Order: sequence, then structure tokens, then C-alpha cells
Amino acid sequence: MNDLTGGNYTTEDGRKIGNTMMEMKNITLRFGGVVAIKDISFDINEGEIRAIIGPNGAGKSSMLNVISGFYNPQEGEVWFHGKKRAPMRPYQVARQGIARTFQNIALFEGMSVLDNVMTGRLTQMKSGMLSQMIWKGKAEKEETENREVVEKIIDFLEIQAIRKTPVGRLPYGLKKRVELARAMAAEPKLLLLDEPMAGMNVEEKEDMSRFILSMNDEFGTTIALIEHDMGVVMDLSDRVVVMDYGKKIGDGTPDDVRNNQEVIDAYLGVAHD
Amino acid sequence: MTANSARTAGVQSIPELLARNVAAFGDKAAYREKEFGIWQSWTWSEVSDEIEALALGFLTLGVNEGDHIAIIGRNRPYLYWSFVAAQMVGAVPVPLYQDAAAEELAYVLDHCDARFVIAQDQEQIDKVHEVQDQLPGIEHMVYLDPRGMRKYDHSALTQYQTLQEQGRAKGDRAELNSRREKPNYDNTCVMLYTSGTTGKPKGVILSNRNIIETAKASSEFDHLNKNEEILAYLPMAWVGDFIFSIGQAFWTGFCVNCPESPTTMHSDLREIGPTYYFAPPRVFETQLTDVMIRMEDAGKFKKWLFHHFMAHAKKVGPDLLDGKSVGAGDKLKYMLGEALVYGPLKNTLGFSRVRVGYTAGEAIGPEIFDFYRSLGINLKQLYGQTEASVFITQQPDGQVRSDTVGVPSPGVELKIAENGEVFYRSPGVFVRYFKNDESTASTKDEDGWVATGDAGFIEEGSGHLRIIDRAKDVGKMADGSLFAPKYVENKLKFFPNVLEAVVFGGGKDYCTAFLNIDLTAVGNWAERNNIAYSSYQELAGHPEVLATMQSHVEEVNASVAQDPMLSGCQVHRFVVLHKQLDADDGELTRTLKVRRRIIEDKFADILGALYDGSSEISTETEVTYEDGRKGSIKATLAVRDAAVSANQKVAAE
Repeated sequence: MNDLTGGNYTTEDGRKIGNTMMEMKNITLRFGGVVAIKDISFDINEGEIRAIIGPNGAGKSSMLNVISGFYNPQEGEVWFHGKKRAPMRPYQVARQGIARTFQNIALFEGMSVLDNVMTGRLTQMKSGMLSQMIWKGKAEKEETENREVVEKIIDFLEIQAIRKTPVGRLPYGLKKRVELARAMAAEPKLLLLDEPMAGMNVEEKEDMSRFILSMNDEFGTTIALIEHDMGVVMDLSDRVVVMDYGKKIGDGTPDDVRNNQEVIDAYLGVAHD
Repeated sequence: MTANSARTAGVQSIPELLARNVAAFGDKAAYREKEFGIWQSWTWSEVSDEIEALALGFLTLGVNEGDHIAIIGRNRPYLYWSFVAAQMVGAVPVPLYQDAAAEELAYVLDHCDARFVIAQDQEQIDKVHEVQDQLPGIEHMVYLDPRGMRKYDHSALTQYQTLQEQGRAKGDRAELNSRREKPNYDNTCVMLYTSGTTGKPKGVILSNRNIIETAKASSEFDHLNKNEEILAYLPMAWVGDFIFSIGQAFWTGFCVNCPESPTTMHSDLREIGPTYYFAPPRVFETQLTDVMIRMEDAGKFKKWLFHHFMAHAKKVGPDLLDGKSVGAGDKLKYMLGEALVYGPLKNTLGFSRVRVGYTAGEAIGPEIFDFYRSLGINLKQLYGQTEASVFITQQPDGQVRSDTVGVPSPGVELKIAENGEVFYRSPGVFVRYFKNDESTASTKDEDGWVATGDAGFIEEGSGHLRIIDRAKDVGKMADGSLFAPKYVENKLKFFPNVLEAVVFGGGKDYCTAFLNIDLTAVGNWAERNNIAYSSYQELAGHPEVLATMQSHVEEVNASVAQDPMLSGCQVHRFVVLHKQLDADDGELTRTLKVRRRIIEDKFADILGALYDGSSEISTETEVTYEDGRKGSIKATLAVRDAAVSANQKVAAE
């Protein structure tokens, strides 16, 4: 098994992966008596596409919520950019450069695509409420600058045609793309994607994969994703963490994971004596 | 630039027109493109700088005079500039259809001996890479959109803007100046491939004379001036787009606007509000269908208002447009209608400012044509070909009708051969087909007369040309009566529910037809009537849909029976196809014209069932997806008999 922990390696397709960005050390998360995550450690390197996979109820989404700071684990430490992270509120996490999308779409249905994506710029807005209301000077300038960033993302994700469409009227696949756009608008260092391809057809999956790859390639965004579609995971990611019943049962390149007996058992089932 | 201004009196090439425009109105907008939500614009001076930088870049790549440079992509200013940059260094631009599959591209790239390719994005570059082993002639490729291209081997690949920088820094200006002085009227301006209705595409060589004379004559015909705005959205490989977006744009100096993406075309159209507009009938049909569907969903009062005033518009609108006298009351009511219905509707369609609109390529349904004309949109028809640099005939203002294609364009002579085939001669007549002297000789005679391949006649009195059908398709039925499939197909296609129709019957006892439903119109009808369907195939085979189609066919039969010459062309049996005819499957050309022979071969089993009396046919058809993968669909289709109206001749006996 290649040991790629600690980062600083070059992928097969020639991308340079940097230092460790985030490190999860012996994380345990409990909800009352239920142990969702049991003593899990892994790391995410700068520039990497890191996947978390596992059967239903394995604790993947909980893990993502720990990374995003939404859950505070009872045991273990989260290290981000070489510093131990204290428990923090979600907006503080966002300011650190972490953005996410949700398994169940969480957009403002009545607002246009453009407005939804603009909300992703919230952490970048600095003008006060008063100047926003008067709409003069700084507030106006800020809006223009932010709109420019948002328009580049709209162009990148090829959603120009629905710019002014209320999100509620869009089909599922496009909503997913709008959610990705909103997460991108925060210009995150680390982007967390919770099942970005769930419920999509083959064509939509291909599009989404293309967007994820080029986002990583062009903006150097580090991506951690949860996904069920094994084909997608194996094609996209540099390294994969496999979870089952809250435990880590595998960690490595897609090839390593594919040949790991424990992983095969977890996915295909194993006869119990 | 000053070096060139001396020659502007007798402009002999597009680069010279560019210099003339910079001198005459350098600060006026020449090209616009919506990008990042904003209309970006370039003046003629800026365009000239961009083109020059690219031309210098071409010199650094070693482009020689006479080289062919293939251009693949959607309508973007940068790609239009690459045409002119190629001409500036003495090379010949060859635009290709961007939605062509890799194999189709390979044929044209190989046939035209392209040394260089300019592609819009990764998708196009990938397609060329896929077939590159068959194309040893390609030396270097240039791409516009850098997305996803970073990891590619750049030894024979350059980004567009990088090439321009390279040109600005290292390009040989003296060489460029000497090369751009050289072209004259007889040099090649552009090479365009025909869409290939009957066989492999042919490379049509058009000279500077062809393009500039045609642009000049057609601009004067419609009094086009430098303040026109057009929207460039039709394929760049099509001759019409070349004439409108480069020929006429450079001749008159008007502004060419490029949409943000193919999907935003309608909102971009509304934002620009073109004054000069071109669309094939299918675009007008789709827009009309959309309007009607939306009106179906409107409230009662709005619906009444719409139908009431549209009926009035139908009565007096065309006459008002043609400048005929109309009663004062009617005029007043039309003005009210303009304020309440026509104006807002035109605004929604993006036609508020259209001064001259054209449709061509196929016949347009009279109802569709009249709908737009009654709104006060000056929609006209023209008849043209790649070989003619578009214009053969067109309709002058005030003489517009749906059943003719107009009078000969300025400088065009027409003659009708004994068999009815239309011939023309004009300054726009192409030089020759590339590497195909045989076809050149069979199409164009020594005196410059060109065979159109279409049968038609000149109407007495008005002098307008009427096209009946493609001469090759016109045939005889078994009993010797005339068979003109297109005539019947057009009548069928005028129904919003019918997207495409193919009529067979040459050498047979009776006529039969394949029909394609229009998914938008029929889908909407199904929704309204609570008819559930899960696929195109299921909807197309629904008994109620079949019954509707049958009523359409029977209506057409009744109308065809009126014409004693063509009454034999009534459709006796028909099938509603389980798949939409598609250019990716080779059933249509890239300009969406039916390829009759291919359809005949491909669906031979279904065609057989139409003539052997069976009531249904099981079939399996291969389909090609957009990315080139293949699959197949199985279906059992119902063969329907349609009632035929009595032949008038028979009735007389």
C-alpha cells in the first residue's frame, strides 16, 4: 500500500498535491448511546480530491459534519492548517475557507439562481447594514465585485440560461449544480460535497464529475466528497476513506481500496458463521 | 493601416474592408458578445488590432499563403476574427460544423488538407485528437477556451490569446503587410462545405468577388446600413452566417452580436433586439408553438384579448405592412392592438426592432408566415445556395407572399430548363468544388450557369420564382402521375404536431409517409389531457396521438386532391416513427434537411410494411448518442391507413 499520508506527492495525471491541510485525530462522535464515529483518524492534503465512502449508516455524513464544524466530537482533535481547531460556530468555519453542499438540497426556492449564488458571497461582504440600505459607495462597489466573481462561476458551471430563474422551478440535477455554484462562490480552500451525484442520470453525473475535476484543476480547490456511486468515486478521487459501522476499514488510493478484503466484505456482505 | 487606405476605392478583400471600416468609423461597435452576464463589445479599431495580432501569430506558426485553416466552434467574435486573420496572411479559412461527430470532422479535415485547426474548446480539440492518426496533415491547433486544457501536451497546441501575444511580440510585421496587400478579387475568400443531402460534403470555393459583390448587392437591396444589429447564432459553417456575420457586416459595418451560450439565445435576442434577423422556418415554428402553448395557460380575459386582436391583425396586418390602404377604423383598432398585444408580444419574442427578417432553407407554413407578418414584422423569404454565395432570389419589400421565393436578387439571371430545373448565373457563383472537377463540371457550365437541383417555375405576372421540389426527388408514380414528395411533406409539417415528414412513392402504386411528432406540441397536449407517457417512443405510439396524426394526414390529402396534377401524391398509409430523425444518426444533414436515401435504407423494414398491407411492424433501430456512443431501440409500430379524397379526374368521369 502506498503511504500518501503527509501529502507532497504527484498524482498519476501530474497534479501536485501539497502539505496536509486537515487532520482528523482519533475522532469519536456519540449521540446519546449511539456511537456514530468510532476512533477515526485520517488526513486531507492540499489540492486533493478525497472521498469518504461506505454503506448506508456508516457515519459518512456525520464525518462531514465534524469536518465542517457542525458537530463537535466528544473525543479526538481536528487540526486545520497545522493548528488544533477549537469548537466553533458554522460561520466561523466558513470564514476559515470551508464550504459545503448538502445531501438534501438546501437552497432558497423562491429566489433566483443568481441571488442564491450571491448568498455564497456573504462571508466576503464587509459593508454594514446601513450602507447596504443606502446603497452608496462601498456597498455598491462591493456588490459589483461580488457579482463579477459570481458571474465567473455561473459561466464555469454553464448555468447562464437559468441565471434569472427561480430555483423552485428547476429540475433536480440543475438544483444540485446551483448548490455547487453557491459553495464555490465562497471561494473555499476546502469544499465538502455530500453526495453530489445522488439521484442523477448518467449524463448529469458525467457533467458533475467534469465540474468537480476542473474545479480542482483550475482553482486548486481541495475537495472532500461523500458518494455512493463507486464508479464515480474511483474515477474522481486521489484517496478514499472507507467507513463501516462508524469505523474506518480502509484508507488509500482507489486501487488499494478496491483490493481491500474488508472493504469488499462490507460492500458485498460476508457470510457470518 | 495608412498603407492600405489608398486602395479602399476598389476594395478587393475582407482585410481591406476592415481597414476601410477602421478609417470610416473606427469607434463604432463591430462585435459584441455576452460573457459573465455583460455584453462585452469591440469597436472596429479594436477588432482590427485583435485580428492583426492573430495574423502575426499565424506567421509565427509558419502559416503559408494558400494553406487551409479549419475553424470549429460556435459563434464567438474570436472565431469570426480568425477568418479574417487567416485571409490577412493569405490562408483560406474553412469553417466546420461544431456538432459534427469526430468521423464527420475527419472527412472534411482530410479532404481540405487543413494544416491548422482553430477550435473553440476542449470538446472540439478532443474530437480532432480522436481522429488525428487519420490526419497527418494537421500541424498545429489553436484553442480558445482554456478550461480543462492545462494538462494537454502543448507542443502542437497553443491558446488563442497566447498566440496573439506571441504574434504581437515576435510576428513579422513587414511580411504581414506585404501579404495583406496581395489578395485580389479572384483569390479565394473562404471555403465552405455543403451539408451533403445526397452524399459526401463538397468544398465550395468562394472568391473575394463572390463574397464582396454579393454582400454589396444584398445590402443595397434591403438598404442595410452601419446601424443594423444582428444576432449571430446559426452555424458558422453555413454560408448564410458567413454572408451575414462577415460579408454584410464588413461591407456595411454593422454590429454582430454573439449569444452567451446556445441555450441563452432567446433571452439574448430579446436584449439585443436585432434590426436584421434571419432564421430557418423551424425557429419561427418553434417560437409560434411556444407562444400558443403559453396562451393556452393564460387566463380567460387574456386569451380572449389575444385571439380577438390576432384575428384583427390577420385581417389587416399584412396589408398595413405592404403599405396598402386600410380603413380608418381598422387602422385605429390595429393601433390599439399594437399597444395591447402585438407590441408586448414582439418584445417577448425579441422582434421589436426587426426591420428586415428573412427565412429560407425550407418552405415555411403560410399560417406561420402570416402570423409574424400580421404582427408587423417584415418577414420575407429568400432562396439561395452555398454555390451562389446565398442569394438567388429574394422578396422585395411590399411583394411578400408565402408561396413564392421572390424575384432574382440584384445581378442574378435565372432560367428554367425544359425539365423544370432552375438555373442561375450571378457574380456570386462559386469558383469550383475543391478537388472535385467532375462535380464542378456537372453543376456549372462554361457560360457560368449553375444547376440548382430544384424544380420550379416563374410565375406569370409577378415574375416571382416558385419552387416545387428538388428536381432529383420529383418522379413518377407507377401509373405515371407526378410524384413531388416535398410538396406533401411541407403541407404535413405545417401542423404544429408534426415535426418532420418523409413521403415515399416514386415508382409505387400509392404514396406513404413517415412522421415525427413534435414533442413540445404533442407533449403539451398530452399534459393538458391527462395522458401520461414516460418516453418519446411511448407518446409517439399513443393511440390518440396516432388518431390526431391521421386526421392531419387526411386533411392534407383533401388539400392535395385539389391539385389535379398532384392528386396522386395523397398519403394512403403512414407510420409515426419511434425516434426523432437526427443528424447524429445521419438521417438529417447538419442543417436539418432530410436525407431521403439514407432514411429509405435504414428503415427499409418499416417502408416494406407500408406497402405489404400489414397493420404493424416490429423493428430495431441503431441510434447514436451525442458523444458518439451507439445503442439501439426496439419498437412495434402501428401502420395506419388514411382516408384518401377522390381524385378530381376520377370524379369527373
